[in-house]
Amino acid sequence: MQRYSVFAVAREAMRHHRGWQRAWRSPEPRKRYDVVIVGAGGHGLATAYYLGRNHGIRNVAILEKGWLGGGNTGRNTTIIRSNYLQDASAAIYEKSRSLYETMSQDLNYNVMFSPRGVMMLAQTEHEKRGYLRTAHANGRQGVATEFIGPDRVKQLCPIIETRGPRYPVLGALWQPRAGTARHDAVAWGYARACSDMGMDIIQQCEVTGITSRQGHVTGVETSRGPIACGKLGLVAAGHSGVLSQMAGFRLPIESVALQALVSEPVKPCMDVVVMANTVHGYLSQSDKGEMVIGGGADGYNNYTQRGSFHHVEETVRALIETFPMLSRLNMLRQWGGIVDMTGDRSPILSRSPLAGCFVNCGWGTGGFKAIPGSGWAMAELMARGASTLADPFSLSRFAEGRFIDESVAAGVAH
Amino acid sequence: MLILTCPACGIAADETELHPGGEAHVARAGPHASEEAFSDYLFSRENPRGVHFERWRHAMGCGKWFHAARCTVTLEIFGTYRADCTAPPEALLERIRAARPGWSWRDFK
Ligand SMILES: Cc1cc2nc3c(=O)[nH]c(=O)nc-3n(C[C@H](O)[C@H](O)[C@H](O)COP(=O)(O)OP(=O)(O)OC[C@H]3O[C@@H](n4cnc5c(N)ncnc54)[C@H](O)[C@@H]3O)c2cc1C
Ligand SMILES: [Zn+2]
Repeated sequence: MQRYSVFAVAREAMRHHRGWQRAWRSPEPRKRYDVVIVGAGGHGLATAYYLGRNHGIRNVAILEKGWLGGGNTGRNTTIIRSNYLQDASAAIYEKSRSLYETMSQDLNYNVMFSPRGVMMLAQTEHEKRGYLRTAHANGRQGVATEFIGPDRVKQLCPIIETRGPRYPVLGALWQPRAGTARHDAVAWGYARACSDMGMDIIQQCEVTGITSRQGHVTGVETSRGPIACGKLGLVAAGHSGVLSQMAGFRLPIESVALQALVSEPVKPCMDVVVMANTVHGYLSQSDKGEMVIGGGADGYNNYTQRGSFHHVEETVRALIETFPMLSRLNMLRQWGGIVDMTGDRSPILSRSPLAGCFVNCGWGTGGFKAIPGSGWAMAELMARGASTLADPFSLSRFAEGRFIDESVAAGVAH
Repeated sequence: MLILTCPACGIAADETELHPGGEAHVARAGPHASEEAFSDYLFSRENPRGVHFERWRHAMGCGKWFHAARCTVTLEIFGTYRADCTAPPEALLERIRAARPGWSWRDFK
């Protein structure tokens, strides 16, 4: 692999940038792989990467029906944080956040991780008590967060109207080492590293069926022919239900549309990420200057990647009360992604009723932040059959009543 | 925006007037059901990429619950029917089968 560095940039500048190589190969699918991963989003690619890097399993294919990173990985608002309430969540999200800190160096690919700090506003008494509780829990879990008052909020983010009128800011849960990263770069960086290890990333290859013999998975049918495998990982976010149906089991998951929008670019005006869960909106400023706004999710099952106007209205109406300066901005684009929601708002990393077939899904509205940690845990689960990070998130937790309830702690979307 | 006709009051209601209530016709398991059947009843859901049967409530109108058959990909509405039905009406199923050859949903083959 051609390494990226300041010297490479200088060298290429001298020869009109004619020496850059393609970042990953686009091979024809082979007949069989040890491991096949369905879905080349961040989670699928990271799973493959850590299978190779941590467990030496490199005879791997990652199958993608569209283009890599074209699902939710390329549609999210890139917030990375780990201030969850439950211990199992704190463990996997903090592992993930810490892997983001060194990801650019590990992958030799600039993912632009920017630990600019994330604050989650408390705009009702109930929310304030909830965040105080989370701050205490985080203290015990070793996740650095603190509850800050309205003055500190105003100091960190001067464009916030803290005095209301409808939703005064009563404080915020502040995680200084949380932040954002460039979503596409995360997918591209992992893809390049996987390809470099000899793994095959096969785009425009839709999985249409899953084959098994005596209760053990044997391979997949795809739009580019059958591919046999020893182990199969289903990492397809909003489409997990469709794939599990092919494998012959149901998941406790429903797919809904979540949407976001961005404004025209403006001069730098906020250098932190702000989430306002009471009013269903969150905000950050991209490096290009656009205000990136995330909204609420639809309440009904949906596979249309577009979202609905009344949610845009609801989000924007609420946000301009908290950020009055937004009211004059033009919005440039709006889009949606299909997110996979579980009842306890926690993911599923698990074996499945079909032997040799593993699932990684249910990240819902908040899985971008989890990409490296999830890949790390999923690879361990697939290679060794168990993983301390993944095991609490097994499918059996529903039947056993071991919920990892983040629906209160995490508000709505993130 | 979705527009569903409420079979209770007959009004064609906008999505903002309605509240979604999830998968329809989920029969309660028990009282002597196996643990597997009970956990299936509580947690497993159909999540079709295609026609789905759902419960909706005319929350900002007459307040009544009802059922709807809706495609999750095209957002096409195949029909709505009363809340006290335990299965979709046969005429509605015929309409869906005609529009989507080969279609099936749970046990309603
Ligand atoms: C608007 C929006 C905002 C969000 N904001 C945030 C945020 O700020 N912070 C955060 O942490 N998270 C956020 N999320 C959530 C986050 O985007 C997802 O949890 C995460 O990207 C999921 O990654 P993934 O790799 O599992 O899924 P995806 O990136 O969706 O990848 C799944 C892939 O599987 C492919 N696939 C599906 N079916 C098949 C098939 N049959 N055959 C082959 N391939 C198939 C798809 O094409 C897709 O590329 C947001 C999501 C949305 C939609
Ligand atoms: Zn009505």
